[in-house]
Amino acid sequence: MATDITKKTHETKLAPRRERAGWTYAPSPEAKDHVRLKGRYDLFIDGKFVAPHSGKHFATHNPADESHIADVAEGDEHDVDTAVRAARKAFEGTWGKMRGSERGKYVYRIARRIQERARELAIVESVDGGKPIKESRDVDLPLAAAHFFHYAGWADKLDYAFAGRRARPLGVAGQIIPWNFPLLMAAWKIAPAIACGNTVVLKPAETTPLTALLLAEIIQECDLPPGVVNIVTGAGKTGGALVDHAGVDKIAFTGSTDVGKRIQRAIAGTNKRLTLELGGKAANIVFADAPIDQAVDGIVNGIYFNQGHVCCAGSRLLVEESIHDVVVRKLSRRIEQLRVGDPLDKNTDVGAINSKMQLEKIHELVAAAVSEGCAIHQSSAKIPTKGYFFAPTFFTGVSQSHRIAQEEVFGPVLSVITFRTPDEAVEKANNTMYGLSAGIWTDKAAKVFWMAKRMRAGVVWANTFNKFDPTSPFGGYKESGFGREGGRAGLAPYLEMV
Amino acid sequence: MSEANGNTGRVPVEKTYKLFVKGEFIRSESGRSLPVPDAVTGGVTNVARASRKDVRDAVIATKAGHHSWAGKTAYLRGQVLYRLAEVMEGRRGELVEARKGAGASAANAAREVDASIDRVIHYAGWPDKISLLVSSLNPVAGPHYNVSHPEPTGVVAVVAPDGDAPALLGLVSTVLPVIVSGNGALVLAPESDPRTAVVWSECLATSDLPGGVVNMLTGLRSELVSQVARHMEVQALDVWKSTTVDDALAKEAAVLGADNVKRVKVRDGRGKTFDQWASDDAQGLHCIEPFLELKTVWHPVGL
Amino acid sequence: MATRKQTSTRVTRQARAEQRNGKHRPTSRTGTGAQEAALVVPTGGTRGPRGYRPPKSPPIEAIALEERAASIAKRSIKKASKVEGLKLAIAMMDLTTLEGKDTPGKVVSMCRKAARPSERLDLPSCAAVCVYPNLVAVAKRALEGTTVKVASVATAFPSGQSPLAVKLIDVRRAVDFGADEIDMVIDRGAFLRGDYGKVFDEIAQTKEACGAAHLKVILETGELGTYDAIRLASDLAIEAGGDFIKTSTGKVQPAATLPVTLLMLEAIRDHVDAGGRNIGMKPAGGVRTAKQALQYLCIVKETLGDEWLDPDLFRFGASALLNDVLMQLEKERTGSYAGEDYFSKD
Repeated sequence: MATDITKKTHETKLAPRRERAGWTYAPSPEAKDHVRLKGRYDLFIDGKFVAPHSGKHFATHNPADESHIADVAEGDEHDVDTAVRAARKAFEGTWGKMRGSERGKYVYRIARRIQERARELAIVESVDGGKPIKESRDVDLPLAAAHFFHYAGWADKLDYAFAGRRARPLGVAGQIIPWNFPLLMAAWKIAPAIACGNTVVLKPAETTPLTALLLAEIIQECDLPPGVVNIVTGAGKTGGALVDHAGVDKIAFTGSTDVGKRIQRAIAGTNKRLTLELGGKAANIVFADAPIDQAVDGIVNGIYFNQGHVCCAGSRLLVEESIHDVVVRKLSRRIEQLRVGDPLDKNTDVGAINSKMQLEKIHELVAAAVSEGCAIHQSSAKIPTKGYFFAPTFFTGVSQSHRIAQEEVFGPVLSVITFRTPDEAVEKANNTMYGLSAGIWTDKAAKVFWMAKRMRAGVVWANTFNKFDPTSPFGGYKESGFGREGGRAGLAPYLEMV
Repeated sequence: MSEANGNTGRVPVEKTYKLFVKGEFIRSESGRSLPVPDAVTGGVTNVARASRKDVRDAVIATKAGHHSWAGKTAYLRGQVLYRLAEVMEGRRGELVEARKGAGASAANAAREVDASIDRVIHYAGWPDKISLLVSSLNPVAGPHYNVSHPEPTGVVAVVAPDGDAPALLGLVSTVLPVIVSGNGALVLAPESDPRTAVVWSECLATSDLPGGVVNMLTGLRSELVSQVARHMEVQALDVWKSTTVDDALAKEAAVLGADNVKRVKVRDGRGKTFDQWASDDAQGLHCIEPFLELKTVWHPVGL
Repeated sequence: MATRKQTSTRVTRQARAEQRNGKHRPTSRTGTGAQEAALVVPTGGTRGPRGYRPPKSPPIEAIALEERAASIAKRSIKKASKVEGLKLAIAMMDLTTLEGKDTPGKVVSMCRKAARPSERLDLPSCAAVCVYPNLVAVAKRALEGTTVKVASVATAFPSGQSPLAVKLIDVRRAVDFGADEIDMVIDRGAFLRGDYGKVFDEIAQTKEACGAAHLKVILETGELGTYDAIRLASDLAIEAGGDFIKTSTGKVQPAATLPVTLLMLEAIRDHVDAGGRNIGMKPAGGVRTAKQALQYLCIVKETLGDEWLDPDLFRFGASALLNDVLMQLEKERTGSYAGEDYFSKD
C-alpha cells in the first residue's frame, strides 16, 4: 500500500509533539473468509441434523450491527422428547456400557477438533454473541478445548475420584446454558457428563446458538455414537420442556437466579438431580496496602471482561476509604484506554452487548442509579451507532441499598463502595443474596487468608480476578446455586455413588 | 420417669419436655403442648408444641451456633463430639428408658442406643478428616496457587426420620453428619418419639457443644416443615420421608426451598430397617458432603 | 569542590525527604570509598543506613503486572499505525555501541546511520547515539549539524563498583567531551544491602556533575531480583533527580522487558500525578524487533498517554533494532518481505 514514508520532508526530526496528532491504532479486523456457516441450522438429534417438528426456525443476529446471521430451528416438546429418547437409547445401548478408556478417546477427539477449528469457532462466537475476538480467541476457545481434554482423561479413572465409593453414570442429562460464554458453557456441561458415561440433551441460549451447532458438527466428525450428544435449540419454552421431561435423570442449568429457582421448583418431588450455576454480585475488595496498579487492572478485568456479561463479575468494588480517590482517578484514566466497538477488531476490549433486551436492562439500572444520586463515571469512547453497545461505566457514591449495588446488571457497570476496616469489608461483601465469587487485593498474605476464609463465595480470587481452569472447581454459595463445575468436584454431579 | 417406687413411698420427680434452643430448654412461646403416650407407664406425657415463632427463634440460634461452631478448630470439634459420646454413654440408661417409653423392646432399645453411641464416635473422628479428603490443590495451567476446600453450608434444617425409624439412631445418623463440618442444625424431632429427642438434647447440652449448634423442636411436622422450608436464613434442608412427612409434604418443602436456592436433600426413610440404619453404609463422608460448600481460592505465584 | 557538592546534595535530599515525610531526617555524609564502607551500619526501622528513608513505594503484584503487559503486547498494529509507530520508534532510538572493541571508525559509521537511517526512505533521525566516554568526542564531531544527541555511559559503567569520586570524574569528563546526555548506573550493591542513602546521593551528585546534560539513571533491573525492588529503585531515582529512568546496561540478562517497562512507567505516572515533573523512560537491551518496539509504544500510550510518545520522554536503547524497523518499513512500502543484506550493518 502507498504510505507517506517515501515522501520527502525537509526536517529529519519529528514535528513538535503539540503539532502531532496522537498515535492511534488502525482498525485490525479478524479475517473471516474461512468461516463455514450455513444459512439455516436444524436440530442435532441422534447423530443427525433433523428439521424441527414445528417446522419453525428463528433468526440469530449479530449484536454488533444487528444483521441477520442464520436461521436456527425452534425445538418444541416433541423434539425434546425425540432427543431424550435418542439419548436414552445411546445411554443404554452404547455409551453407558462402553469402557471408560474408549469413551475417553472420543472426548479427546472433540478436544482436538475444537483446537483445530479454534479460530473459526472464535469468530462465530464473536459474531453471534458480541464478545471481543481477543477474548473468544484467547479465553473461550482455549478453555473449551481444555475442558474436553481434562474430562477426557477422567473417563477411565472415575473409581479413583471418590474414596471408598464406586461411581456409576446417572443416565440422561438435560443441560441448559446461557449466552455469555456459549461454547465454553457447552464444554463445561458436555465434557464431564459424557466422560462420566452419561448422554446429554443440550439447549443453547436462543441468542447464541451457533457455536453449539458447530460443536454438533464437530461431534459428528468425531464419530461419536448417535444420541450421546443431542443439541436442541430454542428459547425458554424448549428449556422448560427439557426440565419437565420424565426421561431426564439430571438437570444442569447455568443462567439467571430467577430461572434457576423456577427449575428447582419444577423438579421438586422428582428424582432428578440438579445443579445450578446462577447469578452473582461479587465484591472486589481493594485494601489500602494493595498492589494498586495491578488492583486497578484487576478491577477492570473483573467488570469489563466480556462486557460484564459474567456471572462472577466483580460488580461491586469495595475500596478502603483512604485510597478511594486514588483508585477512582486511576480507574477513570484506565477505562479511557478501553476500546469499545467492533467485536471482530483484534484491538477491541469491550464488544457488543449481547441483545437489545440486555442493553435495555443495563440502561434501566444505570438510569436508576443516576436518579438515586450516584455519581456516574463513563468512558468517553465513541460508541458505534449501529448495534448494541454500552460504554464502560462506574458509579461512585454508591451504598449497599442502591439498586445498582444489589441487582445483577450483567453489563459493563461497576459500583464503587467504600469501607474502613476489614470487618466492614467482610460484612458488605457478604451482604447479598448471591455468593458466587469475590476478589481480594492486599499485599499482606495473612490478610488474604483471613478474608478468603470469611467470604461466602465459591470462588475467591486474591490479587487476581476472573481466572478459570478446567481443574479448578467453579460454583456458588447461597442463591448463586449449588454444585461445582471443573476438577474432580465437577464429576460428582454426573455420577451416582454405589 | 414415672416408675413405681412403691417400696420407698417416694414420689418421683417428672421431667418437663421442652424445646432445646440456643443451648437452653425452653417452653414453646405459644404455650402449647402435645400429649405423648408412654408405652411403659401407659400414661401420657406432655411435650412442647413448637410454633412458627419458635422456628424463627431457633433459626437465629442455629445461625449463631453455626458461626461459633465453625470457628472452632476441627480438632476441637472432634473432641466435643467425642465428649458427646461419653455423655451418651453415661446417660445410656436414660436413653434406653426413653426409647422403651416410645414402644421399643428393652433389647432393641439397648441395641439402638449402643449403635447410636458408636455412630457418634464414628463422626467424632470426622471433623479433621473431611478437608483432607475433599480438598485439592488444583494444577491450573498458569502461575497461580489454586486450592479448593470444603466449608459448612451454614444453617441446615433436618426433618429427622420418624415413624418406624429408630428415633435415636435416626437423629444421630442425620444430625451428626450435618454438624461435624461446622454447620448448625435445626432439627424437627420425630413425632413418634419426641421424648427421646429431648433426652438426647440433654446429652448435647452437657457435652461442651456450644449453644445453638443443635436446636431441637418438638411439635407437628404438618405445622413446622413448611415454616422451616420457606425460611430465608435456612440454607439447606435434609428431609426424610416418613409417616409424618409424605410425598406431598416433602415436595412442598422442596418447592419452598427453591425460594432461596436451598440445598434440598429428600430421602425416603420409610421401610428402612434397623439393620440398614445401623449399617456402615449409613454413615460416612457421603452423608457429610451434601451439606458442604466447596470454596476455591486463587493466588498468583510470582516475584 | 567536593565540599560544595556535598552540601548541596544534602540540602536536596533533606528537602525531598522533608517534603515527603513532613519532618526532619538525618542528613547524609559522603566521602572516600574507604569511609563509605565504614559507614554501612544499619540503623534499624525502615530507615536504611545513614538515616535516609527511601520512598514508600507500592507493592507490585508480579503476575498481574505481567498479564497486563502481555495483554497490551497483543495489540494488533497494522498499516498506517505501523508505519507511524515505526517512524516514531526510530526517532526515539538511542543507537548504541558499548563494546571493548569500539573504535572511532565504528562510532562514525553508527553516527551516520543515526543521522540518516535509510538512503531509500525518508525517515527521522535517531534521538541519540550512546557510546563510552572515550568516543564521545568522535561522535560529537560526526554528528555536527544534525539533531542527533550524544549520550555517554558513565559512573563506572556497567557495574558502578568504583568510588563515587571516580564516578563523578567519569561523568564530568564525558560532559567535557561534549556529551548531551549521561547514562549512569546505580550502585546495585548498595541498593540491595539497603543503603538507599548512598544510591540517592550518588544519583543526586551525578545529576549535579552533569550540569546541562540530561541524566538517565540505569537501574539494571535484571540484578534487582523483584518488581518491588525495581519500583523502589525507580521512585528513588526519580526523587534523587534523574531525568530519565532506564532499565538496563545491556550487559545483564534479562535486560528490558515489557512488564518492567510498564511498572517503571507507572512509577513515572504516580510521580506526575503527585505534582512532579515529567520523567522520561528508556528500556534498553533486548528490544530487537520492530514488533517489540511497537509493543513498547503501546505500553507507553496506554500508561502515560500520547504525551509520552516523544523522544524527549521515551527512548529505546538498542543496536540491532534499527535494521529490523527499516526492514519492516520497507515491507510496508513495497509489500514484499525484505532481506537483511539489503540494509547496511554499521
